[in-house]
Amino acid sequence: MTTPVLEVRDLTRTYGRGSSRFDALKGVSLAVNQGESLAIVGKSGSGKSTLMHLLALLDKPSAGQVLLDGTDAATLSARDVNRTRNSTFGFVFQQFFLTPKTSVLDNVVLPLKIAGVSGAERKRRGMAALDALDLADKAKNDANDLSGGQKQRVVIARALVGEPSVIFADEPTGNLDTNTGQVVEDLLFGLQRERGITLVVVTHDEELAARCDRSVNVRDGLIVGGSDARAAAAASPGAATASVATDQHGRHSA
Amino acid sequence: MNFLDLLRTAVGNTFRSKLRTTLTVIAIFIGAFTITLTSAIGTGVGNYIDTQVASIGDTGSLTITKAVDSSSTDSGPAKYDPDASTQSVDRGPASFGFLSASDIDKVKAVDGIGTVRPAVALSPKYAEHGDDGKYVVTLTANAGELKADLASGKQLDDDTRSNQVVLPTDYLKNLGLGSAKAAVGEDLTFAVDDYQGAEHTLTARVVGVQNESLFGGGAGANTALTDAMQAAQEIGKPSSIATSYASASATVSSGADVSDVKKALADDGYTGQTIQDQLGQFQTVISGIVGVLNAFAVIALIAAGFGIINTLLMSVQERTREIGLMKAMGMGGGKVYTLFSLEAVFIGFLGSAIGAGVAIGLGTAISNVLAGTLLKDLPGLQILQFAPSSVITIILVVMFIAFLAGTLPARRAARQNPIEALRYE
Repeated sequence: MTTPVLEVRDLTRTYGRGSSRFDALKGVSLAVNQGESLAIVGKSGSGKSTLMHLLALLDKPSAGQVLLDGTDAATLSARDVNRTRNSTFGFVFQQFFLTPKTSVLDNVVLPLKIAGVSGAERKRRGMAALDALDLADKAKNDANDLSGGQKQRVVIARALVGEPSVIFADEPTGNLDTNTGQVVEDLLFGLQRERGITLVVVTHDEELAARCDRSVNVRDGLIVGGSDARAAAAASPGAATASVATDQHGRHSA
Repeated sequence: MNFLDLLRTAVGNTFRSKLRTTLTVIAIFIGAFTITLTSAIGTGVGNYIDTQVASIGDTGSLTITKAVDSSSTDSGPAKYDPDASTQSVDRGPASFGFLSASDIDKVKAVDGIGTVRPAVALSPKYAEHGDDGKYVVTLTANAGELKADLASGKQLDDDTRSNQVVLPTDYLKNLGLGSAKAAVGEDLTFAVDDYQGAEHTLTARVVGVQNESLFGGGAGANTALTDAMQAAQEIGKPSSIATSYASASATVSSGADVSDVKKALADDGYTGQTIQDQLGQFQTVISGIVGVLNAFAVIALIAAGFGIINTLLMSVQERTREIGLMKAMGMGGGKVYTLFSLEAVFIGFLGSAIGAGVAIGLGTAISNVLAGTLLKDLPGLQILQFAPSSVITIILVVMFIAFLAGTLPARRAARQNPIEALRYE
């Protein structure tokens, strides 16, 4: 079996101490394989966002290990962690986090700018990413003047521009209407299939979770179940879309 | 992120909230404008004094005065010295004793002193050119020691036996000498009373015409004229009357160190000052005034520094999510710190460069107007002079103050936790 892109072992994360102590994660083990799409499903406060932050090296665990291509992330220097987040990971958040009064292109090439890529190369790759999302004609527009769907496409272009191997999407459709959300979902899964990008989606949207290859349910800081669409599909073809996490209790606003 | 990108981003960010940046820049502008002007006054006056000193050159001569040995409350009355002069002169806060003949001998005995010439007060009653009328003039004795800033003619010659005089430009009209060129070569008659009150006249030739300057107003006599006029003044003086002098000028013999000689004089109770020392006192006063003005400007700059802190703190607050995003995308804390520091430095640069630029433009215009009107009597004085080095120093210092002001907001930005920052609404 190949080494998982990301793996966590016995992960715990505790906030505060004493009476205000709060265990966000209480021992989670999980492996994310190259090229798969994984949904992390759970209610607000379940610990799913904390899990994603730890997977994305945005946070450090209180105990347990995060392995990146088999290497313990705790052994990486701050600089290496920054470089990994910059070039190996791409981020799509529920909020768009686009810088206002700044052009769409400039927003998209931000990861490249941080990486220190030259101006001409940035522009070329930025335009290529915008082109892939049919936004090339908006490159010079102010990022604030776009519609919600266009903004989320800009965000995906930004996540994509550094040619990452893993994209983390935190409620990527949470701020979008159903139709636009559908378009964004199609885009993300298209990228996953066509470019072999690993997709980690944090959501409480069961339909979105169902479209992923695999999903895990997080409740009160523990993984309480999940589904493997591929395994299910292998067992009974046609059942993949029906595979829904057992303990989903409908939608919550984020 | 490489440095050029950081710089470009920082410059772009400062222009994102134009009103706020403008207001902060105005605060710095005021400080930088003031400090540029005051330092220009310092430079202008300093340069003027320097050119005056340069026109004199290092004469290697000392003006010697006697420190007053007055009775102090601690030691009671001072011991009587029959040779000491009973006259003294007050000059500002200091009081000097007159030099007696024995003092002159003592000074002559000091190592490194060449010749000593007591300062002689010449008191001509009037000067007259031909039949153009008699005018009251002041005449400086032994003026040939100082090189005059000449408008026309030559310097005084102390080695000749003929009487020579140098006139300031403002004497020419009344005396009927016409232009500076025409005056050179003309003869003037000076009248002087002797000790008994009898009038004597002396004739001297105008060899040069001197520009008006900060010091040494009035006409100047060479050694020959000085000696002749002094001799005339002393005719009929009883031998029992001792002559004393307010000061004496001494030359420092070649090879002797001026500061050593000054020290030796001080040990004997005399004060020796070069012309540079005397000008230095004048310059100290000017520097003091400029220093006070600069202090006000610095206070303005410090206030502006708080403006920068405020502006950037607001900016950090506003851009919390942007900072969080950049950090999530792998931008290190150091780079974030640099970014905000650069914004502070850029605001400082804008304020100081504009302030200095406007000060130079306005100051040059004012200085030119003043030179033609109010300061007309001091030719060659440009009251405001902008030395490139001091303007650059001011800009750099303001940028440094801005950098210091930026450290607090920049640290706050650099320390932001990306997760918290991204959650921030």
